Amino acid sequence: MAAPRAPLHLVMPVWNRGTRGIRGLSRAVALEGSQKKGRSLLQFLADRFYDVQALREYLLQKQVLKVHQKNRPFTYIKERFGPHAAGAYFILKQGGAVKFQGKEWIRSDAHGHFSLDFLKFQAVPVEAVNASGCAINYQGLDSLLALKELRSLWLQRCPHVDDWCLGRLHPLANSLQELSLAGCPRISERGLASLHHLQNLRRLDISDLHAVSNPGLTRILVEEMLPSCQVLGADWAQGLPSGPDEQSQDKASPIPA
Amino acid sequence: MLRRALQLGLGRGLLGRRLGTHRGGSTLDQNGKMSEIKKKIQSVLPGGAWNPPYDTSYLPPEHSDVVIVGGGVIGLSVAYWLKRLEKPRGAIRVLVVERDHTYSQASTALSVGGIRQQFSVPENIQLSLFSVEFLRNINEYLAVVDDPPLDIQFNPSGYLLLASEKGAAVMESNVKVQRQEGAKVCLMSPEQLRNKFPWINTEGVALASYGMEYEGWFDPWCLLQGLRRKVQSMGVLFCHGEVTRFVSSSSHTETTSGEEVTLKRIHEVHVKIDRSLEYQPVECALVINAAGAWSGQIAELAGVGKGPPGTLQGTKLPVERRKRYVYLWHCPQGPGLETPFVVDASGAYFRREGLGNNYLGGCSPTEEEEPDPGNLEVDHDFFQDKVWPPLAQRVPAFETLKVRSAWAGYYDYNTFDQNGVVGPHPLVVNMYFATGFSGHGLQQAPAVGRAVAEMVLDGHFQTINLNPFHFSRFYLGEKVQEHNII
Repeated sequence: MAAPRAPLHLVMPVWNRGTRGIRGLSRAVALEGSQKKGRSLLQFLADRFYDVQALREYLLQKQVLKVHQKNRPFTYIKERFGPHAAGAYFILKQGGAVKFQGKEWIRSDAHGHFSLDFLKFQAVPVEAVNASGCAINYQGLDSLLALKELRSLWLQRCPHVDDWCLGRLHPLANSLQELSLAGCPRISERGLASLHHLQNLRRLDISDLHAVSNPGLTRILVEEMLPSCQVLGADWAQGLPSGPDEQSQDKASPIPA
Repeated sequence: MLRRALQLGLGRGLLGRRLGTHRGGSTLDQNGKMSEIKKKIQSVLPGGAWNPPYDTSYLPPEHSDVVIVGGGVIGLSVAYWLKRLEKPRGAIRVLVVERDHTYSQASTALSVGGIRQQFSVPENIQLSLFSVEFLRNINEYLAVVDDPPLDIQFNPSGYLLLASEKGAAVMESNVKVQRQEGAKVCLMSPEQLRNKFPWINTEGVALASYGMEYEGWFDPWCLLQGLRRKVQSMGVLFCHGEVTRFVSSSSHTETTSGEEVTLKRIHEVHVKIDRSLEYQPVECALVINAAGAWSGQIAELAGVGKGPPGTLQGTKLPVERRKRYVYLWHCPQGPGLETPFVVDASGAYFRREGLGNNYLGGCSPTEEEEPDPGNLEVDHDFFQDKVWPPLAQRVPAFETLKVRSAWAGYYDYNTFDQNGVVGPHPLVVNMYFATGFSGHGLQQAPAVGRAVAEMVLDGHFQTINLNPFHFSRFYLGEKVQEHNII
């Protein structure tokens, strides 16, 4: 039974202008103290008036629908230009970066615009995807799973990637060699257990996972699970009483059982 | 005389003029008028028209449209979907009657919490698929404004079912059905098993089926509390009491073939308050029997099964309590983090629990060894004799282990075909069943709740067709047998 986590201030960003967008959502969780007064007034009103409660529920639903809209599949592009182009378009639309085999990294600029030249490479597979900070969720992974020759996938600080998404990555087992999950707030050790399908994985980054209850022990277990993979982040000495400086700084060495 | 009359007249006149002063006889008139005015105002204002002499807030209401007997995960799921699918909002009054608000004997709280799609009956697979989708989006379905999001701690590790030579053909056909319904299951040979899970001893295993996605285990208590919280915010009333009596009326009609049938309709449910002799008759339109392991007793109270055996009136609800043990042990050299929920061909099962090399497991006893369901005491010899040997044979690392704790829970076991009963009773027209799931009720609860709500509100199933699970199959003898009961 997990202790209840800090409430997601899903409605507050609508009221507080400064917390729009994905980066704003993570800031909204941190700014608890200053928003408590505003929140308690809203709570007071919502407890007493059905209209206010219905309005708040509606705003909550709208937030959820926004994320769904961002993760919709682009079926026309998939039919016309192939799965690789559709996946690349999806990632670029979300604000990430894509690298085709033999080409340079393609990224959208500050305004969200990007060139559509990559639609011409129909048979060229996508090699690497950097979706750090994007609002990709379980539905959005559909577009990524069609990229059969994906070598490296970076999902750092994605707020909606959770254990369910990790359970879905097994179709990429043949090609995926590098996976980074650093800083994802919803991933716990239970999702990491489903990574054992990815037998070709050589680098796995699991640093800064706040939902993991015991990072050091988790890292040891993940290393045992994936013997040929280098697991980064989560120093195994974390949580142990701090000893002298001779504590191993070399994170790549496997721990003998 | 004139003087006296003048005095009296003057006096009254003076009295009349002195209405402004509250002295003497004028006060009496004033008070009477004030109390009359007060009474008038009170009768006009809402509320306060009847003040009971004592507090009755612990009693259920006198009228309720739907009474759900049983507040476990199935009952709460039915309440949730009724409130969610009703049109217009707030149209239906729902009352959930739960005898034990600590859920100390409820199957939900004591469950191992697994969810799988590896069934042989297609309806079971569909129910499980929808339930898993529900769990994945639980924070959208059960979101309550200003409350923290739910973390059901789902482990997406999958189920691994092992089959011996005898069961291999059945397993293959089952996997075909599962794939058709959309479950992601793959078949593995013993060689592949050894490569993937080196800690398994594949002696005696001919085939294995492994669920890749959407299978695993989660925390059922969190689901229960989440449902309870959401359902309370939607306006469902809860009552802490026990159903002791149904007051019903009968009417005789003829069927199309000329037979005489007696149809019953429940009018009132008597709810007895815990630790008291007091009861409240609740007038209701529908009763939903979601009492789990005790559904058989509730059905008997309603008159299901009172008749000559062999007729529809005489067909009882074949759901009874069966006790099942779960043991928690620690094995330092046991299987690693990737361990799925392993179900051996012999019926013994185990799964990992947490990071510390603890494992949960058990085994379903055979018919002859069924323990007495009168209490929830654990028999530790059962572990030594029936659970440990097959598991130690299957996973050699389990030869050294230490049992940390154990508990027992009830299955609402359907003795007919070990599958649920969903839908109305043919003779007691306003009693609906949602029980008898024999150990897989938790994994099907959200979908069953939706199905019952559709039946109640629309009269037929809309999304998943659960007509094969109707009560009449007990009379007609049509078994919907599930081949994978754990």
